[in-house]
This record gives sequence, structure tokens and C-alpha cells, in this order.
Amino acid sequence: MPKLYELAKLIRSKNAGPFQLTIDVMFEDRATYERVLSSGVLSAERFTELYGTPGDEVRIINYDAANAIKITIPRPVTSGDLGDGDMMGGQLYGPIVDLEVA
Amino acid sequence: MEDRREIRVLSPTSIVGAGFRAESLERAMEWKPDVIACDGGSTDPGPFFLGSGGLYFSRDAIKRDLELMLLAARAADIPMLVGTAVGAGTDAQLAVAVDVVQEIAAKHDLTFRLAAVHCEPDREYLKERYRAGKIRPLANAPEIDESTFDRSDRIVAMAGVEPYQRALDDGADVVLSGRSTDAAIFASIPTHRGFAPGPAWHAAKILECSAACVVQRKYADPMFAWIRDDHFVVEPPNPDYRCSPVSVASHTLYENGSPYELVEPNGTLFSDTAKFEAESNRAVRVSGSRFEPTPHTTNKLEGAELVGYQTIIVGGVRDPVILRQLDRWLEGVEVTIRRRIEQVHGADLAEKVSVTFRRYGIDGVMGALEPTPQPAHEVGVIVEITAPTQEIADSIGKAAAHVAAHYAVPEYSGLITALAFPYSPGELSRGPVYRFTLNHVVEPESPLDPFRIEMIDV
Repeated sequence: MPKLYELAKLIRSKNAGPFQLTIDVMFEDRATYERVLSSGVLSAERFTELYGTPGDEVRIINYDAANAIKITIPRPVTSGDLGDGDMMGGQLYGPIVDLEVA
Repeated sequence: MEDRREIRVLSPTSIVGAGFRAESLERAMEWKPDVIACDGGSTDPGPFFLGSGGLYFSRDAIKRDLELMLLAARAADIPMLVGTAVGAGTDAQLAVAVDVVQEIAAKHDLTFRLAAVHCEPDREYLKERYRAGKIRPLANAPEIDESTFDRSDRIVAMAGVEPYQRALDDGADVVLSGRSTDAAIFASIPTHRGFAPGPAWHAAKILECSAACVVQRKYADPMFAWIRDDHFVVEPPNPDYRCSPVSVASHTLYENGSPYELVEPNGTLFSDTAKFEAESNRAVRVSGSRFEPTPHTTNKLEGAELVGYQTIIVGGVRDPVILRQLDRWLEGVEVTIRRRIEQVHGADLAEKVSVTFRRYGIDGVMGALEPTPQPAHEVGVIVEITAPTQEIADSIGKAAAHVAAHYAVPEYSGLITALAFPYSPGELSRGPVYRFTLNHVVEPESPLDPFRIEMIDV
């Protein structure tokens, strides 16, 4: 089974303000985008498992115009608080890169 | 009167001080912009810049960008707007921007009317709004009470288009604003001149990061938009760059919780119905977005408060014997550091000091969320001491470096050196540390209430 990064053209994360984290997974073409969507690999349950976010706080948006899936969750730690390891949230997408796409 | 149904907006760079090529700006000026607008800051680099009022880019870097922008704007006799000047949009940072602009004006003998928009509302005003129930939390906001408004070192309100428009009505040629929404800087003039708000706000969202919406951005450079009533077109002035429908659509995703909604003080931009089409092989036409005004203006509040002063120690562990028991070893280091703090500074003070570790090579980025916390063949350790004063943090830092360097493991007898220090001295004084205190909105009675506009004849 291919891994998510092998199918995506870009996986990135960033703060959406200091209290939210947003992850973008973007694909070169519509077919790959739809394949990943229908695989269900990026589900609310998956983000609960990986980031500890309650399911009802995971917002998943399919953005057809850019063949992109956006996932927005509350930041696990507020940007810059003691114990935050990623001020801009730029590397917090790490755990999804190697997810296997059925 | 605006007869021409087109307005041209130039965004020179993503943040004043990030830079752009002078030749790209020249090319953009040949396209005859009606306004030069530029973002000047962000909360992205963390709470320090809001809490301290310090600069993100250097004053020299800021001056280099502002000088080229200001000379171009004055030569073409068009307005120049800068928002969130310069860093987090505090009064202290705004004062630096005003000072730099005055310095440039004196050097080049320029005269114009400058408006400085102050975005740090009076604390009594904020407490009055809070008591009136007119300050509300946004998603994942920290708990606050009235004391939050006293405790925070700095609180800024995010300006929408209104202060810019008032300053322009009062005759400003150049507007430097404190904290502002990114898009308001670019939407102020188009919406003020009566252009349809849907395309104007969507263009503003695309322009705010300048060349970020190109297919491959190698360095910060300008972006240009032609805004018309039913669509807008964006094209990068730099001939090495190009936009595609997907690259522009993708930018709507960037650092925004939703690609379809952008909440602004006076309404929300909805771009779910937007169409992105190639205008040429490097320009993109966007149509179909709509802006729904809100009956009650709200301004986002951002605040930061001092946590303490920090001293850190950076070191590396390479010995597999120590790495195999790193958690236990660090626990022992912490206990010994704490004992030393009590010996030197007393038990009362020790309670006010935090000692924490980061372990790069295990979970330095993700912390407790790391799904695979396995040590690599070497691990970078950062010991963080946070104390009520820098003097105390430094004092503990010196002791902690010594403790960590030589803390024993049971497998060896005799004095070891367990930590590899890349620097001398081993401890680094980091200065004040802040935390964000607010993720709220204030509903003012009148949209200009949280702001103060200062007019200066330069």
C-alpha cells in the first residue's frame, strides 16, 4: 500500500492563529485526491488517535479547487507556551506522512 | 470620483523586512498600481514579539524595504498602507515604523501626510466591554477574567478596514497601522472606492503573502492584482515566477482554518463558489467569491503576558549506555538541579522556578504526542530554566550545566562527562518569555473605538 507522502504533492502544517493548527494535504491531480478521499485514511478518528483531539473538534474540509484536504484541530499546546516544541506548527504534520493509503 | 472600474493593488513583500527584488518593484510600478499595501507582521513567530514589543526583522531590513516602497509610492503619488507594523502591531513597534519612515522622508526630502493607527486599546475600555459581555471567546480560547486585562503586558485589537479608510479620508498619503487583519490592508482602498467586496476581499487574502501564491516561491517578492467588480486577476511582476489556477486556489488554504471562510471585523468572505481560471500562462482570474457583511463589527484581541526569564543549556548525548536509560538519567539530573536551587536560592524561590527538558531525537518536536518516542543514535538535550529574574535563571543555568555534564549512570564508576556541549559557556541567556493570553473578540459600539489615529505632517 502506498504511503500518503507518495501520493501527495505537498503535506504541510501551520498555525491558523496561535490556538489552532491546520494541516494541508495537496495532490497533483483529481484522481489521486479522490482516491485518498475515498480511502478514508484522513478521518476524524485518525486525528483523535494521532493527536488526541476529540472527534467533534476535528474539522476536515475537502477543497476541490486545489485538490486538497484540509484538517484543522485545536493546537495541542498553545504556540509559545512552555513545553511547545513547534512555535509555527510547521512540523506537526509528521505523524501523517507515512500513513498507508488503502 | 472613480470612473474607471478597475483598481490595481501592489503587494511588495509578505512582511516588511522580508525583502523583495528592486527590479521586481520597478516592473510592478510600470503596471501603474493605485496603491502599495504591505503586511508588516504576524503572531506566527510566537508570543515574544507581542509581549516584548521587540522587532522580528532588523530595523535595517525594515528600512531597506520601506525606503524603496515609499520612494515608489511618492513618485507615483499613490497611497501606501502598511499593517501590523512592524512585528506584532504594538505601539512600540509602530513607533519604530513611524521613526523609520520619517528618517527616509528626511533623507529624500519627501513631504506627505502620515497616519499612525494605534491598536493597543485602553485597558479600562476593555474591562468595561468585558463587564458588558462584549468580549467573547473564539475557538480553543484560554479562560480569562477581568485580571487578564491588567496582567497582560500588551493587548492589541485587530483593525479592519475602518481605521485605514478614516485615515485616508483625513488626507493621509501613508498609513502605518498597528495590529491589523492581513486582508484589511489590501481591501481598504478597493472597498472604500466602491468596488464589490467579494472580489476585493478575496484579492486581499491572496495579496497578503505577496508571491506566496506562485507555483514555486524561491524568495519573497511582489504580487500584483487588478480588481474589477465581478472578478480579479493576479500576476507576479517577477518574470521568473508564475501563478496557476491551482497555485492561487492553494493559497486560500494557507494558515487559515478554512479555505472557504475568512472572518473579518465587518463580515465574512465566502470563497466556496470561487472559480480560478488561467488568464495567461502566468496570470490567474478569480471570480465568484462573496462577502457577507455583519451587523456588528468585531475586532479580534491578542494579548501576551510575561512568564519569566529563561536560561537554556544545549547538549548532546552519544553514549548508548546513557541513551538506553535517558528518562531515568534526566529525572536524576532534575532532582539534583532542584536540590542545588534550594541550596543556593532557598526553598521559596525554588518553587517559582521551572526546570524542563527537550529531547531532540526522541520527541523534541511533538512532545507528549510523539507516536514513536524511540531514541536515535544520538539525542540533543535542551535544559530550560525559567525563573522570576534573568539573574536567577543565569545562576541556576550555570549550576544546571555542571550537574548535567557530570551526572552518573550505574554502569560506570568514576566521574563521567555525559553531555557534549557545543558552546562555551554551556548556558545561554534567553531573556523574557511570554505566553498568549487572549483568543477573543471585542464588539465595539463604533468600529473605531478600539483605535486611535495620529496624523503627522512629514
